[in-house]
Amino acid sequence: MCRSNCMRRFAAVSLRVTVILVAGAATLPARAADEHFGIEPVRFINEQITAGWSDAGLQPAAAATDGEWCRRVYLDLVGRIPSVAELDRYVHDSTPTKRAELVERLLGEEYEDEFARNWTDVWTTVLIGRDTQNEQVSRPGMRQWLRRALAKNIPYDQFMEELVTATGVNTNRKGLPGFNGAANFLSGKMVEMGVENGVQATAKTAQIFLGVQVQCTQCHNHPFNKGKQNQFWELNAFFRQTRSLNREEGSGAVQFVELVDQDFEGEGKNPEEAELYYELRNGLMKVAYPVFIDGTEISKTGYLPGKMEDGTPYGANRRQELAKLIKTSPNFPKAIVNRIWGHFLGYGFTKPVDDLGDHNPPSHPELLDGLAERFREQSFDLKELMRWIVLSKPYSLSSKMSAKNASDDPSVGEKPKFSHFYLRQMQAEQLYESLLTATEADKAAGEEGARKKDTWMSQFVIAFGTDEGDEATTFNGSIPQVLMMFNGELIKQATSTGKGGFLDKVAGQSIPNAAKVETLYKAALARKPSKNETAAANALLVARKGDVAGALQDIWWAVLNSNEFIINH
Amino acid sequence: MSRLFGVPDGMSRRHFVSHLAGAAALATPATAFTNTLLANAADMKKRHKSAILLWMGGGPSTMDIWDLKPGAPTGGEFKQISTSADGVAISEHMPLMAKQMHHMAIVRSMSTREADHMRGRYYMHTGYVPNPNVEYPGYGSVIAHELADQVADLEIPPFVSVGGGSVGAGFLGMTWAPFVVDSNGNVRNLDGGIDRARLEQRLAMLSAIEDKFITEKRGGASLEHKKVLEKTTKLMSSSQMDAFKVSKEPKEMLEKYGENGFGRGCLLARRLVERGVPFVEVDLGGWDNHADIFTTLRDQKLPVLDQAMSALVSDLSDRGMLDDTVIMWMGEFSRTPNINGGGGRDHWARSWSTVVGGGGFKRGIVVGETSADGKEVVTEPYTSQDLMASVLKSLGISLETTFTAKNGRPMKIANSGKVIKELFA
Repeated sequence: MCRSNCMRRFAAVSLRVTVILVAGAATLPARAADEHFGIEPVRFINEQITAGWSDAGLQPAAAATDGEWCRRVYLDLVGRIPSVAELDRYVHDSTPTKRAELVERLLGEEYEDEFARNWTDVWTTVLIGRDTQNEQVSRPGMRQWLRRALAKNIPYDQFMEELVTATGVNTNRKGLPGFNGAANFLSGKMVEMGVENGVQATAKTAQIFLGVQVQCTQCHNHPFNKGKQNQFWELNAFFRQTRSLNREEGSGAVQFVELVDQDFEGEGKNPEEAELYYELRNGLMKVAYPVFIDGTEISKTGYLPGKMEDGTPYGANRRQELAKLIKTSPNFPKAIVNRIWGHFLGYGFTKPVDDLGDHNPPSHPELLDGLAERFREQSFDLKELMRWIVLSKPYSLSSKMSAKNASDDPSVGEKPKFSHFYLRQMQAEQLYESLLTATEADKAAGEEGARKKDTWMSQFVIAFGTDEGDEATTFNGSIPQVLMMFNGELIKQATSTGKGGFLDKVAGQSIPNAAKVETLYKAALARKPSKNETAAANALLVARKGDVAGALQDIWWAVLNSNEFIINH
Repeated sequence: MSRLFGVPDGMSRRHFVSHLAGAAALATPATAFTNTLLANAADMKKRHKSAILLWMGGGPSTMDIWDLKPGAPTGGEFKQISTSADGVAISEHMPLMAKQMHHMAIVRSMSTREADHMRGRYYMHTGYVPNPNVEYPGYGSVIAHELADQVADLEIPPFVSVGGGSVGAGFLGMTWAPFVVDSNGNVRNLDGGIDRARLEQRLAMLSAIEDKFITEKRGGASLEHKKVLEKTTKLMSSSQMDAFKVSKEPKEMLEKYGENGFGRGCLLARRLVERGVPFVEVDLGGWDNHADIFTTLRDQKLPVLDQAMSALVSDLSDRGMLDDTVIMWMGEFSRTPNINGGGGRDHWARSWSTVVGGGGFKRGIVVGETSADGKEVVTEPYTSQDLMASVLKSLGISLETTFTAKNGRPMKIANSGKVIKELFA
């Protein structure tokens, strides 16, 4: 099918390869195509990871099946499982480079909206958490900005800069000029215990964009790493021109927040050398000026940039200076490579992914450094980084362990070797979108379905939402989650046999019952039923006394509630 | 279990169905075993400790309830009355509680800094101020985590929250998250609307899929999922779910607690604690009285609180459960001593009261004191951490307990709060 299309796509892939080859200046062996699709960073990943296996005496798991690989790459890139049509198209494709082609499509125009939606979900949780109660944060504002930035795939250094230096109104509302959704990253992190000190802004910026955990050093020198208390406050000094202003309309309630930069006169009231003071554990007060984590100092002035009457420039915008320093920091690409790697492989090179440093050595230091370098050379292109990772060998392995690699178990504190694919629970949003893909529940419910989508989604996030720090690699299910999947409104809709719904359509096809069951399996699990499962399904057909739709409903219910459905594997 | 479905040709349907029933029985606890335990319920009661938190969402004015300042310009409209505890006086609109104060202790020297609803609620539940890097567990999760082992056959989740979401389990994980029900004990999504036999058939199918995935050795998450499935199916058919059926209580009992949501919730809390649940939170909102506070308290809030709380205290005492059950009463903060132009009081965290009782607490006492206008604590001030440490001590939970947060950092239980020594004899 679509031979000419495929050829065209393949040509596009080859073209890209040429470009990378020149940029990477690497000579690739001729038989490379199968192994790393002619992409140098993929080859680099494979070499590094494979070397780790030999060192540890591990043999990697077998390759994942086409169905498994297709399912996971849809889940990880666009946030949902593939539809039956999408699955069939991939599985029945016999082109040797079909993996690269699917990735090309998922990162391309065809899936642009879904890609942006998925990564908006991911980044929203990273940047502002799941707390919906912070009145100084507008989630819709944050999401609106993210969606645009991610659809355009803006370079990651620009992405960081826009968030770290944002000013403007955080809510997009009619008649409010100056909207900038990026302001929501910091708008809720400036005030703590009634004090506008930017402590949380400091901690989160360092954690997300530099992969360093400075929050402990707010109060004391870090017990395990080299972090010193002065470093926290020197970094914090970069946020002292920033104000998160509650703008009110009418009586009392916060209507919106405006993030602004203002001259900082300093706690000693000398704006030329605007300092802040912090308290040591012994009660002594110490002074701090803006100094970056690598010791780079910037001007001590608290004035924003301006020009004197004679044209001499003065002042500095501390957050803009900070963004420049972050951009050139070696930690910046490392932190994002580690985070994105963790997204796709279940574990980053360090645990947690945002705690880099000598106290927490990575599992694959050369790989982390090398990918970080390549990412910088590739102009901080996030989609490119994702392409390298999903086309790599470790991403292609089965989650089935063998005696030769079962010892590779990061859940017990071992450093990950990525010799088999680590299971992880779908995020709330992935599960929700996957349910809709598999069941067309929203379509079955007609107009009401479209209206109800938001309600269902919020029920899901309440029941399944885990905060950003949570490990997705352990199943953290609760009874209310299971009850919701057993008996909740969305599942009832998804398993309804009503006219025009998914089950009705499957039941109505003039194909054998076994083929109907197979359709359900493919839709949810991207595979065919086993012998045992076929027998179990037949038992249900018997129990329903020939009511095929009823039996399919029972099977569908069981499939959707299974570990295999809810887990990315 | 999947072995079942190698159904040989010629097996009769009846025979087959009986197999299914057998399979289902495996998934539920042996009824006989449960019954034996129920017979020993009285014995069990003595062995397990529990806590009930009466959470007053919105920030109740403790100056008008537990620490009155009659005659002061800030004193407001209410008089105080003496109580069953020597020298302890409370609001005239708490006459039923006045008869139970010999079981309780008022801490009048709470002094905190969080006067925002969300932050105060988090702080009073966890002992920590909100921190975007770590999610701390609240009272319910901490206490459930520490006490869950004491009732071996408990199928009900160990932390039940009635009428509100409480605060989550944070780094302790979803097992310890609040199990939220409404005040009539209704559990969301408990009933799928299909008959038991069909559900069991579905579960058999589900088991076939689960088991296949597990035997393929893909790691722990697949097994953990099945464990939660089993817990849930157990719960759905558990006889312990009777504890939620609060409407089964005799009419007099329903009336004693009050025919309203909070009354029902308190009665439900007693039923759950009786069945071995280590922690129950019951929410009563509506305390954010920025305007017209005295009418609202007198006519609406205090009568409901007084009736249900006093019923709970006396009921637990009558049943001999009070020594093993801690009761806590608090909101996220209190309200300004100054009365505003609208006849209300605004947010105030600097000087306020909480109430505790039962468990290992000294009873019939007042701890601490505020100034004549109620604006300052004049004795040693206590924090959320201190209160939490005291509650844990009264339940026999070691204050040396340390948790490990997701980032690997050790977290001392109750944020290293200091026990309020006056609360212990």
